[in-house]
Amino acid sequence: MKFLRNFMDKIQPDKAKSPFSYTLWDGIDTFLYAPGHVTHQGTHLKDSMDLKRTMIHVVLAMQFAFLLGAYNIGLQHYQALGVDANIAAEFVYGLLQLLPLIIVVHVVGLGIEFLFAAKKGHAIEEGFLVSAFLIPLIMPPGVPLYMVAIATAFSVLIAKEAFGGTGMNIFNVALVARVFIFFAYPSSISGDTCWVAYDYNILHQALNFGDWLHISAGTAMIDGFSGATPLGLAVSGGWEAIQAATLPSGEQQYSISNMMWGFMPGSIGEMSKIGIIIGAIMLIKLKIADWRIMFSMVIGVAFMGVIFNIAAPAFPDNGFIAIPFYMHYIMGSFLFAMAFMATDPVTAASTNRGKFIYGFMIGVIGLIIRVANPAYPEGWMLAIIFMNIFASLIDYNIIQSNIKRRLSNV
Amino acid sequence: MVLLTISSIASWGVLFILLALITWFFANKAIKQFLFGNEFTNLDKPKDGSLKVVDGKNVTALSKGFNINLQGKANKVLNHNFKANTYAIKPKDFQGLKPIPKMMVKVGDKVKAGDKLFYDKGVEGVFFTAPVSGTVSEIKRGAKRSIAEVIITADETIEYKAFKKASVASLSKEEVLEQMVESGAFSAITQRPFGLPATPNQSPRAIFISAFDTAPLAADYDYIIDNLSIQDFQTGLDALNKLTATVHLNITAESNAKFKNANGVQVNYFEGKDPAGRVGVQIHHIDPIKKGEVVWTIRPTDVVTIGKLFNEGIYDPKELVAIAGVPFEKTFYIKANKGASISSLVTGIDTEENRLISGNVLTGTQVEPNGHIGSFQNQLCAIKEGREYELFGWLVPQYLRPSISPSFPWSTNEKLAFEANTNSHGEDRAFVVTGQYEQVLPMDIYPVHLLKAIKANDFEQIEGLGIYELIEEDLALCEFVCTSKQNVQAQLREGLDYIYSQS
Repeated sequence: MKFLRNFMDKIQPDKAKSPFSYTLWDGIDTFLYAPGHVTHQGTHLKDSMDLKRTMIHVVLAMQFAFLLGAYNIGLQHYQALGVDANIAAEFVYGLLQLLPLIIVVHVVGLGIEFLFAAKKGHAIEEGFLVSAFLIPLIMPPGVPLYMVAIATAFSVLIAKEAFGGTGMNIFNVALVARVFIFFAYPSSISGDTCWVAYDYNILHQALNFGDWLHISAGTAMIDGFSGATPLGLAVSGGWEAIQAATLPSGEQQYSISNMMWGFMPGSIGEMSKIGIIIGAIMLIKLKIADWRIMFSMVIGVAFMGVIFNIAAPAFPDNGFIAIPFYMHYIMGSFLFAMAFMATDPVTAASTNRGKFIYGFMIGVIGLIIRVANPAYPEGWMLAIIFMNIFASLIDYNIIQSNIKRRLSNV
Repeated sequence: MVLLTISSIASWGVLFILLALITWFFANKAIKQFLFGNEFTNLDKPKDGSLKVVDGKNVTALSKGFNINLQGKANKVLNHNFKANTYAIKPKDFQGLKPIPKMMVKVGDKVKAGDKLFYDKGVEGVFFTAPVSGTVSEIKRGAKRSIAEVIITADETIEYKAFKKASVASLSKEEVLEQMVESGAFSAITQRPFGLPATPNQSPRAIFISAFDTAPLAADYDYIIDNLSIQDFQTGLDALNKLTATVHLNITAESNAKFKNANGVQVNYFEGKDPAGRVGVQIHHIDPIKKGEVVWTIRPTDVVTIGKLFNEGIYDPKELVAIAGVPFEKTFYIKANKGASISSLVTGIDTEENRLISGNVLTGTQVEPNGHIGSFQNQLCAIKEGREYELFGWLVPQYLRPSISPSFPWSTNEKLAFEANTNSHGEDRAFVVTGQYEQVLPMDIYPVHLLKAIKANDFEQIEGLGIYELIEEDLALCEFVCTSKQNVQAQLREGLDYIYSQS
């Protein structure tokens, strides 16, 4: 592999003369090679963990949810059209639906990131690696690409670069992209029809050899299929409505196993609870995401859920309130928000004790939004953004208590 | 239908088992951490882990920390053939000295061991003296004409300047202090806060001695004390006892019995990984430094030097230096006076490809092949320079290297020793990962927040977050583990300088 190293050294542009091409070269070079930089001051040895490795492990942990999510896009698509497709076709359809989304996010986001890095004269930072994988996974499968492009540009510019880049942002970058679409294009991300992909893109058409992707079946939803998510159903009919939902085939649509495996309409990566749990365990085991936040979120939901369950008889009009609290874990995107969103170390509380409070409050507020807000039943996005604001306040108080304790000993 | 039911039940089972596991696994830890704090609640009591009783002694067990296990530990063999031609005292080893201290000798002067070399107004009343007798052969300049080394070419047999030979018990505090200052033995004492050389006009609340070193490849004080005079050590402790109310000697349950049997001092037992052996961490657990207080710290070998000063009336700062690291063909200890030249030790080493460090790999300073051991260091180690580019090295490492991250499968294997190199394993980034420094710092301190306060020059916050309890070496391991490759020690020094200049 010596020639590759020599080649990279040969084409290295001059940093002063052409900062843009240097930044691009540097990005590629540090991706290919861990640089041979040696320590200059301070410790002569350094731990071999760096930000690239940290970030890539988060991306790796997302792959289970990603793969199951891709399969689910196809599954829902063919179920909605009433086509009897095989597993391979379902998976390939989903993958091809997902691929343009990922490419668009990477091109737009990394492009902006690269421009800023070149302008500021520092290396391209890895933070966006994770955001670029998170953004597609939290989108509805049929979301128009231009919306994702605008949302990504907005979140990278406003939520990240405006604050100073990776490590400085106050709000979770991926969530800001979703919030942007939520407020700018509400019909594309809420309601009963947006959670299934119906259309075919250019990739599907290009790879549809012998119509194995069933493009000829058209894009019309068959009668008897409902794209309503459990959350949409529960608003009006409560747990009974979720249980009663059936597929055209007569199968129960939201059986527990379907909900656990994520074979249901919904955001791309958020449905497969099994995939997410595997990812979460991986993150905890590798000490990359903080278990404190995840654990206290689970407790927060249980706490608030039990209160709602107890109060249920007083609010007969609210369909959500009587849903057993443990069901909230597998409905909607709680687990995804817990594993990948709330644990973002930059926007979460940074003290260990603060993390418990932070996670707990997300659990409580998220469930309040889900249960008490009829307009939009999924609360985790807003709850996390809301607690992002309070994260530094939580830290402040914890730190002040440390300072007080020390000063009281003077 | 049957299949569906089975899969439903199975899914339920998975969900509940997972929930139960999560709860069982974390609840205990979570409740403990939230209620009592992962950070500790009460500064007055020993925290982090608990007091254990080992052989009837109270041992403060520290659970946090990390041992960097390197190959090339020094064999416990004394190399009697070692002989240094030159010795040097480096003003830069002493924090807070001006770049150009006031010289009291010039090139060509003959000096005896204990003759004054230089002093500095910044640390009033402290003299830095010659460790051996000989001729001042060079005053080496560094950047901006600062004095880097005062080099003495040693005599064949050392001549000592004569000091008073007396029993410490019969001397007053002032007499003890005067003899220590005049001989230069006093310059081995460091004051906290700030880590500056102690000055004789201070009245320290206590003196702390850490008699075990947990740093990577560290010299073993149990072995060192066997090769020095225990009588001198005891006399040194007696002398220090004259200067303060309490002298703390901090050791482990496995320490040499000679330390355990020291008289007139409070012996404290510790247990734990690095940085448990750092005196700053120990002070934090014994009796934290508060604003306005001063404590002194000193290394065990310097205590022996003080003892010898009173027992024999000579200043003879003997050190046992561990020669460690993979590049050395043989590893061993040498016995030499402070500031010995390393040139005869490193002849077999390719100094282009290897880095020579006086001190340990976390806090030591790089030395040239013709350099000298530092005044506070008893270790010379060599490690490979890591200038090689590694294809996808950030994802698939091609050789084993130390790390606290479980993403490296071998990181939990404590027995595995590494042949580490100086590669920075990543580039500088902003703070992203949280909770990492806390993992290796067994103190009730928020290091990241302290560093941020330092960057913001927020005086009250810096003070409140406990900067008086820290000097660089205490946070060295935090710098090692930092994913963002922050230069923690340098930043802390900035903060210390800032607070010092304001107070």
